Amino acid sequence: MLSFIIRRLGTMALTMLCLTMVVFFMINLEPNLRKLSISQLDMRSSDEHIESWLVRNGYRDNFFVRYGRWLGVVQKQPNINAETGAVTPRFSFCNEPAEPYYGGILQGDFGCSTKFKTTVSAKLWPALAATGKLMFWVMVTMVPVALLIGIFAGMREGSRTDRTLSVASITTTATPEYVSGVIFTVVFASWLGWLNGSAATATSQGLTFYNFTLPVMTMAIYGIGYIARMTRASMVEVMTQQYIRTARLKGLSFNTVVVKHALRNALIAPFTVIMLQFPWLLTGVVIVEVMFRYQGFGFTLVEAAGNNDIDLLLGCSLVSVFVVLFTQLISDVGYAYLNPRIRVQ
Amino acid sequence: MQLEYIGGFQVFIGVLLRFWPVWIALALVLGASITFKARLGLYGQLFNSYVGVAGVTICLFWLFTAMFASTIAPFNPLAQILVMKDALPGAVEPQSGHTFLFGGDRLARDIFSRMVYGSQIVLVIAPAATMFALMVGITLGLPAGYYGGRVDTILSFLANLVLAFPVILLFYLLVTPGIMDTPIPYAMAGVFFLFPIIFFCTLFYTRYRHRPQLLAIQLGVTLLLGGWIYAGLVFNADPLRIIAIRPNELNIFVAVVFASSPGVFRIVRGLVMDIKTRDYVAAAQTRGESPWYIMLWEVLPNARGPLIVDACLRIGYTTILLGTLGYFGLGLAPESPDWGTAIKEASRLLRSHIHPALPPTIALMSFVLGLNLLADALREQSLKD
Repeated sequence: MLSFIIRRLGTMALTMLCLTMVVFFMINLEPNLRKLSISQLDMRSSDEHIESWLVRNGYRDNFFVRYGRWLGVVQKQPNINAETGAVTPRFSFCNEPAEPYYGGILQGDFGCSTKFKTTVSAKLWPALAATGKLMFWVMVTMVPVALLIGIFAGMREGSRTDRTLSVASITTTATPEYVSGVIFTVVFASWLGWLNGSAATATSQGLTFYNFTLPVMTMAIYGIGYIARMTRASMVEVMTQQYIRTARLKGLSFNTVVVKHALRNALIAPFTVIMLQFPWLLTGVVIVEVMFRYQGFGFTLVEAAGNNDIDLLLGCSLVSVFVVLFTQLISDVGYAYLNPRIRVQ
Repeated sequence: MQLEYIGGFQVFIGVLLRFWPVWIALALVLGASITFKARLGLYGQLFNSYVGVAGVTICLFWLFTAMFASTIAPFNPLAQILVMKDALPGAVEPQSGHTFLFGGDRLARDIFSRMVYGSQIVLVIAPAATMFALMVGITLGLPAGYYGGRVDTILSFLANLVLAFPVILLFYLLVTPGIMDTPIPYAMAGVFFLFPIIFFCTLFYTRYRHRPQLLAIQLGVTLLLGGWIYAGLVFNADPLRIIAIRPNELNIFVAVVFASSPGVFRIVRGLVMDIKTRDYVAAAQTRGESPWYIMLWEVLPNARGPLIVDACLRIGYTTILLGTLGYFGLGLAPESPDWGTAIKEASRLLRSHIHPALPPTIALMSFVLGLNLLADALREQSLKD
């Protein structure tokens, strides 16, 4: 088991290395560098001006040297004024030292956000914390509702409850966040006026039922259908097993059989599905946070991508790739733990 | 200037009337399908359940809407008629006497016409991109599942690499105006669009190797058709000017294929690993058939059930992805009538006007719902056998 985890962690590191290199390559393409320098200088800068800015800040160095700098295996260089020889830090707003130094991911330094004029860490971690709160409430509502729907539907296969709940869960899987978000806002914010159509106040004034229900609801609804269908399939399968029949023949009531015998076995498969939902939730987070103006991870990612903020975007991709791979690992390990018949090699 | 309005009931009737070509086509197709359902195989069995009928009807509805869009829509989706700015549903346009059935949007365009024309974009790109993703996924998934070993390790690692990317980040990197100045989208298109040609050539070659005359015809047709489409899509150099694709559409197309083919790959790989243990595969191996013959003519036909179901679900998922792209304003032109862009436009102004938001959301939702119902019914029917 331990060697399995270590091997998986190794693959994870390799995947992250490859992916960040791809991201690094994509955001260092010529049009993107131009976009960055124009946003840092101003719209009417001449081509020579842009070029000299790119050279001065090291964006014209060899690709692998720059990637190594971000990674922390090559020294970051400060700006050196060619005429006077004066040494200044590249980005003064990040407290970068005015001397060559190792400052990359391996040193725990995520770099400097050119859009927000601060270090990436100062921007990224609070945003992640905000998204964590959103995720927490989404999970708290989504998982129990989905499991309940799945269990009730799968308890008696083919019954009217089953058909109704199945169609309902198909409907929710057909409703992406940007659709349900609009519909909920129209219904609950515009017509009924019960809830706030924007979560912008949640960052400054704290979470309330009034400003936070719509984002949570919007995100949860897309996942509910999928988890519910998986739970239903697993429940249907368990209910046809021999030991369920034995328990029924022993004279136990239907409810006791469901709660004591079927549930525990039926919940193994949904566990994996719930874990693998995190990558999906990540896309949902971006849509929901942009739609409801909630200053979290997704909002930061969109800002970073829109302004080609190299270090921030790399930080965001590193975090999201880590989340995806880590949840995959947990789901594999957890599955083996929950289901003793599976042995991990 | 005061606009004239018609009532809610009249709007409803008006919408029904505008869709008249769709109703006729639907009646013909559904009538024929139900009459001959016993002879139509899997498609006919769909009409045995309510879910299946609902799924087929919704999908066909949008298909016919896309086909007859120019007849259904009373206005040009891009035309701005200034009087109608933010007009409420049912406002009568004074000059032509036609009604803005679902009202006008911020730029004074007819929302109903935009919704109808939006279906064209979605119904062209989503199924086509899904087909290409299927081709790529199948062509790579078959050897990965069949050979296992190193081929499998490398291909699976690559697939997991793409799957570990959050979709939205992938789109932000792959679908930006800047990237169209670089050769990356064209290079990717060049690679992806090769797969169908390779697939069909191998398919015919493995089967008809010993009948050179038949093989020559098949390969010739494949290469001619494939090369024609390839030239049109990748180099935009179709000599007949029938197949043309705008650079931004190619970019979206490539990004969507790239994002969804690893999913197909994983499914195909799993199916092949299951099927290759069957007796008929062992029999074919004993006969001395080549590995690719076994993969394409023994394994693949037996994996078709789950693949058809997956294709249906995947077209729906691709539609959602297209909507996401539109919602973030990536790739598609800002005035494009597709549903995602329309939802983005409308959702910003929800506080002042809600009527522009509802038609595209409901359209997108119903189409994906139709596909999901279809997939569900197909799964039920194929499990029965």
